[in-house]
Amino acid sequence: MPDGFSAGDTAFVLISAALVMLMTPGLAFFYGGMVRVKSTLNMLVMSFISLAIVTVLWVLYGYSLSFGPDAGAGLIGNLDFLGMQGIGLNDLTGTIPVTTFAVFQLMFAIITPALISGAIADRAKFGAWALFIALWVTLVYFPVAHWVFFFDKGNGGWLGDRNGVIDFAGGTAVHINAGVAGLALCLVLGKRVGFKRDPMRPHSLPLVMLGSGLLWFGWFGFNAGSALAANGVASMALINTQIATAAAVLGWLVYEKLKHGAFTTLGAASGAVAGLVAITPACGSVSPLGSIAIGLIAGAACAAAISLKYRFGFDDSLDVVGVHAIGGAIGSLLVGLFATGTVGQTAKGLFYGGGFDQLGKQAMGVAAVAVYSFVVSWLLGQAIHKTIGFRVTEDVEVAGIDQAEHAESAYDFSAMGASLSRATPAPAGKTEKTAEKTEVGA
Amino acid sequence: MKLITAIIKPHRLDDVKAALQAFGVHGLTVTEASGYGRQRGHTEVYRGAEYTVDLVPKVRIEVLVEDDDAEQLIDVLVKAARTGKIGDGKVWSVPVETAVRVRTGERGPDAL
Repeated sequence: MPDGFSAGDTAFVLISAALVMLMTPGLAFFYGGMVRVKSTLNMLVMSFISLAIVTVLWVLYGYSLSFGPDAGAGLIGNLDFLGMQGIGLNDLTGTIPVTTFAVFQLMFAIITPALISGAIADRAKFGAWALFIALWVTLVYFPVAHWVFFFDKGNGGWLGDRNGVIDFAGGTAVHINAGVAGLALCLVLGKRVGFKRDPMRPHSLPLVMLGSGLLWFGWFGFNAGSALAANGVASMALINTQIATAAAVLGWLVYEKLKHGAFTTLGAASGAVAGLVAITPACGSVSPLGSIAIGLIAGAACAAAISLKYRFGFDDSLDVVGVHAIGGAIGSLLVGLFATGTVGQTAKGLFYGGGFDQLGKQAMGVAAVAVYSFVVSWLLGQAIHKTIGFRVTEDVEVAGIDQAEHAESAYDFSAMGASLSRATPAPAGKTEKTAEKTEVGA
Repeated sequence: MKLITAIIKPHRLDDVKAALQAFGVHGLTVTEASGYGRQRGHTEVYRGAEYTVDLVPKVRIEVLVEDDDAEQLIDVLVKAARTGKIGDGKVWSVPVETAVRVRTGERGPDAL
């Protein structure tokens, strides 16, 4: 291998990439448990399909647009790496192979659109959703990843490299980006039938807990892996992730107990995710004590923020806005207060003698990503809605989207139903009569 | 013949079943049921959204008995099902015209 290659760093980032991959099925369970029985599978597969679509697009042009040499002003990468050609086995990003870096970043590109799906649970056409993912990563995620994550000695992305916005592992590029896109999409699609009237209780809190546990576990790869090396910064990012998440669980539960009188399971799971989201941009620049503060603030603030949808009347089904947009913004802004200047970055926050400088930069990053994501996501959503239609019919929505869109159901509860239904082994295209004949002949 | 129907708290089922067996009842039908009486249901909270759940889980027991046994059986059943707290349930009886044992075709009291 060439000079500068580190086997330790490479092993660590490869494993981190695998951990981050697990977050997407984890997210599927987190969301899947929160919807009603009749739409469980649709919720699961809305996340899962992102693994398929984004991986292919990443190879074709996604990696190049995100991490190819800058095509101008730090807005987007060029097309040097179309089809991931021209990347050799011995080419390095820092101390790790370019392919290692590319697969790690791919996992971020996969989970970001999957996060959006929670905002439009129970009512999106699957084909329209798949098309949205393809267009959204192309027009929103790939450019924003370039803005935030692409460093090239001052010639990289305009937010991260050129203006010093700190986003260690994706508070702006992933969470604000997805959260705001979720807001745009739920405005385009409209409310679920029966919103605010029918009970829409989660059908399986154990699934939600399983999902949030997998997310928590995978997030260590997400945050620590973002150091791109097995070093002290990675270690600090990992411990900060654990601390802030724990604090956020407590923050959410205490808020809930005071406000609603119960410590709920869903609150504990949601608090964990809120803490993970908030510490993501900050984990490489704050101290463990700062992480406790960020977690407590994020937990309580996100618990309060989820009531926004009832106040303003938009149906963000699974609180993507309240948890990801608000949580991401809190984490990004708190970097401007709690960055110590001694962990991974030299920039200091307000509480560590850095003045308002970094806070201003963080606010600019939050605003830039939020505005861009909202506008483009809304336009994309409208374009799909007005052409092929983004929403299923009311009948389908009431009956449950699983059977209409996927010809499946998540659970078989009925002992009687089994004796009333009949399995037809005929391959697609055969009529019932020929199928019967085949059966008799056999 | 009479059909005795009882709606009781699920956790009283074993005691009621034992009491009915001791009384000499040969068969009964049990169904999971839900409903509410004066006590209504309960409230659940999910991320701050409160859901009032009206229907409370109950068990529905149905027993066919001869007319002479009906009153006494109702007493046995009520005694076994009672906890003294709200939501203990209801028991009622209705006249039955006929009953047939499917296996043998026996009718009336013989079918019980």
